[in-house]
Amino acid sequence: MLIDVHAHFLTESSGRSDWRTLNSARFEAGARIGITVHVASILGSWGARSPVYFPSPDDVDRANDALIELMRAHREIRGYCLVNPNFIEHAMSEIARRIDQGMIGIKLAASRRADDFLLDPIARLAGQRRVPILHHVWHHRRRDWPGQEASDAMELALLAERHPETRFILAHLGGGGDWAHSLRVVRETPNIWIDLSGSGIDVDMLERALDVLGASRLLWGSDITMDTAWGKLRYLEVSGASAAELDLIRFGNARQIFPEGAF
Amino acid sequence: MRVTDIAAFVGEYPYRELTHTSADWLIRQMDRVGIERAWVGYLPTLLHRDPAAGNARLHEEIAGYPGRLAAVPVVHPGLPRWEQDLNAAIEAGAPAVRVYPSYHALDPSGPEMRVLAAATAAAGLPVVLTVRIEDSRQRHPLDVGTDLPASSVRNLVRSDSELRLLVTHADRPFVEEVHFGLTPRESERVLWDFSWIWGPPENHLALLLTTVGIERFTLGTGMPLRIPDSAMAKLDLLDIADSERGRLLGGNLETWSAS
Repeated sequence: MLIDVHAHFLTESSGRSDWRTLNSARFEAGARIGITVHVASILGSWGARSPVYFPSPDDVDRANDALIELMRAHREIRGYCLVNPNFIEHAMSEIARRIDQGMIGIKLAASRRADDFLLDPIARLAGQRRVPILHHVWHHRRRDWPGQEASDAMELALLAERHPETRFILAHLGGGGDWAHSLRVVRETPNIWIDLSGSGIDVDMLERALDVLGASRLLWGSDITMDTAWGKLRYLEVSGASAAELDLIRFGNARQIFPEGAF
Repeated sequence: MRVTDIAAFVGEYPYRELTHTSADWLIRQMDRVGIERAWVGYLPTLLHRDPAAGNARLHEEIAGYPGRLAAVPVVHPGLPRWEQDLNAAIEAGAPAVRVYPSYHALDPSGPEMRVLAAATAAAGLPVVLTVRIEDSRQRHPLDVGTDLPASSVRNLVRSDSELRLLVTHADRPFVEEVHFGLTPRESERVLWDFSWIWGPPENHLALLLTTVGIERFTLGTGMPLRIPDSAMAKLDLLDIADSERGRLLGGNLETWSAS
């Protein structure tokens, strides 16, 4: 079994005429890699009608609707409910509704800093419904970057420490920024797991993640580069991780942090 | 055809502690993923004021593997008597030389680089240009070496009709900007490593093999900074024949080197 905890799909509202091709490419590559389950989100209209990282409530609705449709059409897809915390009442109702419809997690991108108290009701609800929050992270963010209100591991840790009953996934260790900073932070925050997705494929990133956190805190994922994800999986298979540890990374940890029966 | 990695290194990296820096580790990885030969640079010379000592050290570091590892020394065309380093590389049988204009504080297509381009072209020696050593988002705050601009590759290619460039760690926009900004005859003198080009679902590599041409690409892993498995996974995710795979793994390099 291989669970991709960080996948994305597109829709006809995503502003790209090749959206079907991209979705098909994910399924085809997934089949070749051996992915059993794609745990996915759709980031609003992907910038077509509102910004990727600041989706409007309308675009959140449409994206989550589209993902529910994909989940119904493809048994191998599970869903994260996307929300924009700046519209907190909408976000709360959306989470409750989508979990009832079968989604198994919450996707927080970069609409509001992770340590902002505005996120507390969402984190509390995630804990109550026993669904993890996948949080977009810019590793060791030293400044604001255009187009997003990105958070780094320390800011996510502050949220996680206020909600020890809630499980968080720190997104894409290979997704940009100083990954070593995130490893140092997360070591002391046991309710944060790290997904290994992203285009970054540093040798020492993988080896240090195993050394610092251990296999029990790592999740496999692809985000938007499935080739690098497969490469990292292959490297882990020969880097000294035991078969049991590899199983944790491939699917075991995901089974533990997502709701029972999700896979 | 020999499977050849044109972008491997040994040695410490100035900005972070690498877990593996030796030729022995490099050879083990090459054996594991099926790479027969690697063109190897020495990472510390990236920041050395004078690369000569580092070049000598590179030869020592890989001396145990003469049939597998080929030294690619650095030439710094802003230094006095840099021609001696180029001559030393030629006499040592180097398959190419490396130059890091961003880290040598040189205009990447300025007068020093153009003179180096002319000299290497006259010697028939390719130049390895590295678009980026690390993703710009993760660099050390004091690592101010900028990514190589695509315009510099175009300008250098145009500066000498015999110059041949191996450009490593470029992504799709970079490759396209250079390739379609050159004449077909000029583009023939540029070979790209494909390790930084995205696979599915965006499938940039598959697209570029069609639009730019499969003959323009070759293998360059970036070890020991980066794992070699990703480059191999990219190939496994392409729908290409074994013969085409062979071209990407070394056949194109051999044809291009012999041309």
